[in-house]
Amino acid sequence: MSVQMDRRQALELLASIPFASVFTLTGVEVARAQEAVRSGFTPQFFTDHEHRTVRVLVDLILPRDERSGSATDAGVPEFLDFMMIDQPERQIAMRGGLAWMDLECRERFGKAFVDCSAEQHEALLDLLAWPDSAPEEISHGVAFFTGLRDLTATGFFTSKMGFDDLRYMGNEFVTEWKGCPEEVLRKLGL
Amino acid sequence: MRKYQSSTSKPRLYDVAIVGSGAGGGMAAKVLTEAGAEVVLLEAGPTWDTATESRMFAWSYDSPRRGARTKDRDFGEFVATHGGWSLEGEPYTQGPGTKFDWFRSRVLGGRTNHWGRISLRFGPRDFKPRSHDGLGDDWPITYEEIAPYYDKIDRLIGIYGSNEGIENEPDGIFMPPPAPRCWELLVKKGCDELGITCIPGRRSVLTQPLNGRPACHYCGQCGRGCATGSNFSSPTVLLPPALATGRLTLLTGAMAREVTTDDAGRASGVSYIDKSGGSDRHVRARVVVLAASACETARLLLNSRSARFPEGLANSSGAVGRYLMDSTGTDADGYFPKLEEMIPHNEDGAGGMHFYMPWWLDNRKLDFPRGYHIEFGGGRGMPRFGFLDGIETTPHGGGWGVSLKNAYRKYYGARIGFSGRGEMIPNEHSYCEIDPDTVDRWGIPVLRFHFRWSDHERLQVKHMQESFHSLIHQLGGTPLTPMPTVEEEYGILAGGRIIHEVGVTRMGDSPRTSVLNRYCQAHEVKNLFVADGGPFVSNPHKNVTWTILALAMRTSEYIVEERRKGNL
Repeated sequence: MSVQMDRRQALELLASIPFASVFTLTGVEVARAQEAVRSGFTPQFFTDHEHRTVRVLVDLILPRDERSGSATDAGVPEFLDFMMIDQPERQIAMRGGLAWMDLECRERFGKAFVDCSAEQHEALLDLLAWPDSAPEEISHGVAFFTGLRDLTATGFFTSKMGFDDLRYMGNEFVTEWKGCPEEVLRKLGL
Repeated sequence: MRKYQSSTSKPRLYDVAIVGSGAGGGMAAKVLTEAGAEVVLLEAGPTWDTATESRMFAWSYDSPRRGARTKDRDFGEFVATHGGWSLEGEPYTQGPGTKFDWFRSRVLGGRTNHWGRISLRFGPRDFKPRSHDGLGDDWPITYEEIAPYYDKIDRLIGIYGSNEGIENEPDGIFMPPPAPRCWELLVKKGCDELGITCIPGRRSVLTQPLNGRPACHYCGQCGRGCATGSNFSSPTVLLPPALATGRLTLLTGAMAREVTTDDAGRASGVSYIDKSGGSDRHVRARVVVLAASACETARLLLNSRSARFPEGLANSSGAVGRYLMDSTGTDADGYFPKLEEMIPHNEDGAGGMHFYMPWWLDNRKLDFPRGYHIEFGGGRGMPRFGFLDGIETTPHGGGWGVSLKNAYRKYYGARIGFSGRGEMIPNEHSYCEIDPDTVDRWGIPVLRFHFRWSDHERLQVKHMQESFHSLIHQLGGTPLTPMPTVEEEYGILAGGRIIHEVGVTRMGDSPRTSVLNRYCQAHEVKNLFVADGGPFVSNPHKNVTWTILALAMRTSEYIVEERRKGNL
């Protein structure tokens, strides 16, 4: 079985299966095809399961709110997948960290991370997200989450959506540089 | 650009062969070709055309890696310079217990493509440090001898700044400095309250048109290479006039490995590897100028052994590779609630500091010698790879969800980073030599580094950190980086990290203790010169490029004069 599948291949595969079979077949290919069609993206690094885990995780880290969309809306899973290939030295920590999440969830809740409830996700993330007060025995999870949060923030805030969210102004030809605007000088008391 | 590969059986004899196309090599090529010399310039890297290859105006999201580093570019994919602290196929080694990180660039123009354009003159005291405090050595030259060259470079290249009349921070021929950004004004206010001198920056970026180059358009991306040539780099300012003479032959992909000598012990040319085919080649020249970067030049000399020069060329003093210095460096970050919820506006500016803090104290009242300056940066710059990394180190403490998203919005633009850059005293434990066991991919023996900071540097860096922290508190901020401990050597960065490595072919009046004379001419080999940071006798905290340019111009004019007199 091919490890990689692009959107076109996925559509072809789904088209070749009778509609009802999609729900009766449990093959990995079908799951992968569904995911690829839904997101329009087939990971090069993440397995299907890892990809689903990542999508849930990054949207918990940076969810949609009134000002902008979520991490997946901004393409963060695609960015993470690209970076794992581009900087392969990151792969073990990412793969291992995602595996740690599942092991921890199985131990605590008896199921994989993606199958946990919103309350269970919340309980785990509350433990992992605050390094200063995190229990020592989950230090490996904290380290993974801290790194994932950094990458998620980069992926989100360096996207077009992130630029708009932050209202970054610049990267343009300025004919006359004027320095600090009057209204800001007033605000800062300068 | 013209590229010439000799294929004749009777190789051409050039007037001058230059190794390296950065600040020193570019300046030598310009001065020498304009004076009528036929020059061949060897550059180990590929060509680079800033006008067409610069990633100026690219958005972070134009690339799937959002500006992250790549194998070839430690400072990120959009940065102009090919180079980094490790290069594939070109190792270097470290002596036991040593940490020295050697940054090398392999591209036309070298590090002038990406550098910060901070262009500070050395002052009168900087050339006579031993006379001042008894440490290190004096240069054989004075500020007054170099000042006319600084003046010429200011006029030729263009620099912004302000004349302040500070004794050891000489004024220059400045274009007006760009107006300060809001956070720079905030820091300046804190400095005024604490008695820290804070003045307009001095950078080789045009704020007015010069010699056909337009003024800066304030996109804030100098490091990517300026497609309009509004800042200084060797390929935009020095090489074009040299090429326009028709007397410059540029060999790119040419990795110099040895300076050859004739029976009389004079330099006869340079052997190099043609990287495109891997073949060993040679250029003949009447004069050889090494501007390969200080340590690469030392490596070339040490690898140029012969019966006459068993310790390497021009090295009977044993000083080649010795007196290796970098700038000291340490950083701190602060978070400033005043800057939260900033009214969005364009804060890009001229791509680097509009203000900085030159050395403002008297070492006689301190427990360390020599000074440092502070560079600082903040604002709502273009988000790129690494955006607000380490949110858990802020008062917010980490988190997830909408509150985390809001924290990023809050901290964006409300952080200011401070970097100290200080003067190291040369010491006997810091040097480079040829590693007896290791060669690079072309079979050229590589350098082995030895490096050690002393308490002079550690105490200076401690003072930097204390200055940063008192400034952050004065401005109502919170330090995001704790005060480093004595065990952490107060946060001093490893040697080589500031990329101001100089001194390994130092100049002096005595051939017994120095490699070069006061014109950067080898004591033992009259037609051999060095035009990079190697000749430096000390390494003041002022970034090295302006002085490399000044010395290279002076050396090149000396070569012209000596050739006219028939001495070369």
